Amino acid sequence: MDAGSADGRSIGNPQVSNVATQPALNAVEGYFPTREQYLDLINQLKAEGFEMAVDLCAVDYLSHPGRELPEGITPERFEVVVNLLSLSQRRRCRVRVQVPENDPVITSIFSAYVGVEAMEREAYDMFGVVFTDHPSLSRILMPEDWEGHPLRKDYGIGRVPVQFKEGPGPR
Amino acid sequence: MSDITPTTVRSIEREALLVAETSEGAQEMFRREQTGADELRRELGAVLKVDGRALDPNNIDVERDDDETMIINMGPSHPSTHGVLRIMLELDGETVLRSKPVIGYLHTGMEKTGEELSYVQGGTNVTRMDYLSPVTNELGYSMAVEKLLNIEVPERATWIRMMMSELNRMSSHLVWMATNGMDLGSTSMMIYGLRERELILAFFEKTAGLRLNLNYVRPGGVAADLPDGWQDDVEVICDTIWARTFEYDQLLTGQTIFRQRLEGVAAITAEEAIALSLTGPLLRSTGVPWDLRRTMPYLAYDQVEFDVITGTYGDNFDRYAIRLNEIRESVRIVRQCIEMMPKGDFRTQDPKVTPPPRARIDESMEALIHHFKLFTEGFHVPVGEVYSAIESPRGELGCYIVSDGGPKPYRIHVRAPSFVNLQAIPLLMRGGMMSDTITVISTIDPVMGEVDR
Repeated sequence: MDAGSADGRSIGNPQVSNVATQPALNAVEGYFPTREQYLDLINQLKAEGFEMAVDLCAVDYLSHPGRELPEGITPERFEVVVNLLSLSQRRRCRVRVQVPENDPVITSIFSAYVGVEAMEREAYDMFGVVFTDHPSLSRILMPEDWEGHPLRKDYGIGRVPVQFKEGPGPR
Repeated sequence: MSDITPTTVRSIEREALLVAETSEGAQEMFRREQTGADELRRELGAVLKVDGRALDPNNIDVERDDDETMIINMGPSHPSTHGVLRIMLELDGETVLRSKPVIGYLHTGMEKTGEELSYVQGGTNVTRMDYLSPVTNELGYSMAVEKLLNIEVPERATWIRMMMSELNRMSSHLVWMATNGMDLGSTSMMIYGLRERELILAFFEKTAGLRLNLNYVRPGGVAADLPDGWQDDVEVICDTIWARTFEYDQLLTGQTIFRQRLEGVAAITAEEAIALSLTGPLLRSTGVPWDLRRTMPYLAYDQVEFDVITGTYGDNFDRYAIRLNEIRESVRIVRQCIEMMPKGDFRTQDPKVTPPPRARIDESMEALIHHFKLFTEGFHVPVGEVYSAIESPRGELGCYIVSDGGPKPYRIHVRAPSFVNLQAIPLLMRGGMMSDTITVISTIDPVMGEVDR
């Protein structure tokens, strides 16, 4: 397959039941589907030429709620961000899905892009966002018996007490 | 006189404990009947589900059942795993049926650390991710911050960045040549590769003050101008390495043992590579001419001449040939950088981003204030989010930054090429011999610091 040559297909805006769109930074198109629209939109984007899911990560917006979202999209605590890449069209697009705190569950896109397997596991490990239909959703970076999800904003970073050489003794 | 009764044998007494100490729980590979169909298919390397090319998980080996195969563990401190990579393999004799990488042994929470460091300090963090190509890490991070800040980088800084990242690509590929040579039994290649890399590291030390974790590329430009007489140093590096690549050719490329261990081993098709999100030499080895320097140019790559090296068969040998030739292409780019290096500033003159020169602090109150603000609080970055991708020696290195308007990134995520490329292991290892697993790990070229971050 020669992905470098444009094959003349044109990518229209996917019209999956009114997915909110917004040109994001640097003229990268952004899609803001709801959780129900998410997998359909991904499948449609794949069919329209985005061959590769380059990146998938989550963001915890606990302490930064006031971000810019298109109308009709309720900001939630978690956001799953997928960056897609079209090799034939040399284009990128970004899909951002809101995931609420009290029900952090979202469909896995493993069925569309096999390559997100490790990235979804990382998002689960770091944020506790559960991806349904993932082949084996287990922790990937942290030990299996670890408690908590480290990249959440309410997860303490801990600190090492400064030890002075000749500090005053306990009073 | 029998102190040692059977109950004092350590492994018997502590069997449960031993398992608990070494187990990674659900992250490990399990027997076939305990594994779901999707996961089994993945561990088998059945990537493509369309066109009827998917493997039937119940049909991996009709002659063997679970009792006759063996699940063994390789790593995490195996010398050929390039760090702390652990791979679980299901073997039938010496043939690999399934494999699954287990990672996380070098996880240090660098993305979390990045949220606690200001944008000024962030470079010191990201440069430690992929420790073999620190400049590309810093470059990806800096370009993301600059996109958020919406500032222009002076032309000379752009060209310095380009030259340094190409030198870095050479040094990274040289280490790969070295370790790959050693994995295949050529210890002399190990010494040669590291010897040539030393030339580049010495130049890095002369320029940035450090050999490995440079923190040289920073938001707004680079840390320091090139040292006096840099042209001569870089010329010597280019001439030496250019000549030496042909010595590697003589040493390795035509050597029978070397070729037999690489040619036709662990082949991959373009469709599989794209489905697995593979980038870099792995993707190019399948014949896809995808190199971000050419396809989505950044810096000044659209002004220099170089070739994108692609392979044909997607096997180990193609990946070797691509990396060897990319060293030569990098030499070409660096030579053009020497000729075309513009004059001017090496960092932007925006005082909100760039600290003032040391001499100015003594005479200007304003410079003192800027200096103080930059190094105590750091600069504020407008609200927004950005994904910026560059071509690292291992593939697409992306940096996703979310800013809440403060002096620290709200979220910094690095799309590490090695992390994603490791997903090719089950596919590349399937059906190969045990000894081929070594070459597969080697030609994927993972850097564990980047995988685990």
